[in-house]
Amino acid sequence: MRSLKTPAPNMRFVEAMIAVLICAAALAPTIAPAGEVLSQNRRSDLNHLLRHDCGSCHGMTLKGGLGPALLPEHLTAWDVDSLAAMILRGNPQKAMPGWSELLSDAEAKYLAQRLLEGDAQ
Amino acid sequence: MILNNGRFLCVPVLLLLIIVGMAGHAGAAQTLRGTGDLGLIIERASGSLVVVETTSHTALGRVEGLGDLSHASAVFSRDGRFAYIFGRDGGLTKIDLLRTEIAKRIIQSGNSIGGAISQDGKLIAVSNYKPGGVRVFDAETLEMVADIPATMEDGTLSKVVGLVDAPGQKFIFSLWDAGEIWVLDFSVGPEPGLTKFKNVGRNPYDALITSDGRYYVAGLFGEDGLAKLDLWHMDAGVTRILDGYGRGEEKMPVYKMPHLEGWARAGDYLFLPAVGRHEVLVVDASTWREVKRIPVHGQPVFAVARPDGRQVWVNFAHPRNDTVQVIDVPSMSIIRTYTPGKAVLHMEFTPRGEQVWISVRDEDRVDVYDTRTMQVMRTLSTQKPSGIFLTARAGRTGL
Ligand code: HEC
Repeated sequence: MRSLKTPAPNMRFVEAMIAVLICAAALAPTIAPAGEVLSQNRRSDLNHLLRHDCGSCHGMTLKGGLGPALLPEHLTAWDVDSLAAMILRGNPQKAMPGWSELLSDAEAKYLAQRLLEGDAQ
Repeated sequence: MILNNGRFLCVPVLLLLIIVGMAGHAGAAQTLRGTGDLGLIIERASGSLVVVETTSHTALGRVEGLGDLSHASAVFSRDGRFAYIFGRDGGLTKIDLLRTEIAKRIIQSGNSIGGAISQDGKLIAVSNYKPGGVRVFDAETLEMVADIPATMEDGTLSKVVGLVDAPGQKFIFSLWDAGEIWVLDFSVGPEPGLTKFKNVGRNPYDALITSDGRYYVAGLFGEDGLAKLDLWHMDAGVTRILDGYGRGEEKMPVYKMPHLEGWARAGDYLFLPAVGRHEVLVVDASTWREVKRIPVHGQPVFAVARPDGRQVWVNFAHPRNDTVQVIDVPSMSIIRTYTPGKAVLHMEFTPRGEQVWISVRDEDRVDVYDTRTMQVMRTLSTQKPSGIFLTARAGRTGL
């Protein structure tokens, strides 16, 4: 409680949090906070995820499998935000897993963009 | 004396070696060999496969031009000479393993998921997502002999999963969208008999047939249980087993559908991957009741028994798919955890179980383990390997 009142410890707390965040970002670039620009490495990981892990249900070329085809012509009803929300939330009743435990908002948006632009392959 | 003799012998022996060596080269294509120790590794990203042999663990050659092989699988002709590859893009390819080349190839649908070969080896059945249904082909010519659309009550087509062969020229499969199990019977002639079992449960996602060919069991994604059909008593209909085994407790996102094919039967028990849970379920094979749950590293994808039934090897779904665990059957506990690398996709035992071949997709590697010493005995480099299929499957129902 005391630390909240006195400025010095509070500053230390903020600094510590910043340090923790920086470390977390440096050590685990996978936990990219929303709005953050994704590193080249992370983007190539995500491209790989899209092709192979989303691909295990949607087909490696995203032409469909157990899940529907995810090529741009099939996604005309969606925009980046709604698509990203779908990816994070999923539809567990219908076997589409929600990815919120594994992907950040920014990452889901990146995937949504790739899908809409159709260069996921 | 001895030295002289040795020198004296040296020249003809060398000559002989050279001649034999040359003859070996010239005649290599004609060298006779069996196919009992052959197999293939699917290279999913490049539309190719590698033919391998498990006696000295070598690759014999690569076959290319097989299309989209994501989720590809294979069955073998009864003589072990040919493999039939089912590709995601509807491709059905017959491979000559001895010549390492394509014998025939057709595109039979827009999107397929698996296939089976009939008991007599004359028919190849393929299950399709698009158009939903099953198509059956002559194993020799790949000409279509039957087309069975999986038409639902509302007139639309269902995706078909869990296609297996069964004794008596039957094929059995499940309808993902309709929640039905259909039995196709070719013993009655070229116009097959068709028996439908409705309302078996929501969203069957895969199925298996026990190795004796008696029970067909479908996993249900949308329910807390599995659907079982006793082929000796088809009139008894489909019954629910393992009702309430825990799928519903707290639904976890399922990042990859478990595979039931190759479901492990070890002694009196069956080991099966729980859907969405970090558990392998142990089921008493005579009562079909759950005996135990073994906590494991992640959501299991395959649980495969070593042929002697002493061990069960398990791999996992994304994002925990860098690991393989070994369950000791007598103690029902994990005795070994390996971390071969990212994306362990498949495990295949040699017929007598002394080796298990494991594909590690993102490391472009297949590791061969000695199941006695539990060490890697050999590594083959391949491109994005997924399924591994050995010809011993030719002699087994349901594989
Ligand atoms: C375990 C299988 C599975 C995996 C893995 C999977 N999906 Fe799905 N997905 C589905 C199914 C099934 C549906 C259809 C759900 C429905 O009917 O509402 C679906 C639906 C979708 C939709 C909605 C499409 C539409 O037209 O309605 C999007 C977008 C989507 N998935 C994206 C993804 C992305 C991106 C990934 C990887 C990060 C992914 N999915 C991984 C099974 C899967």
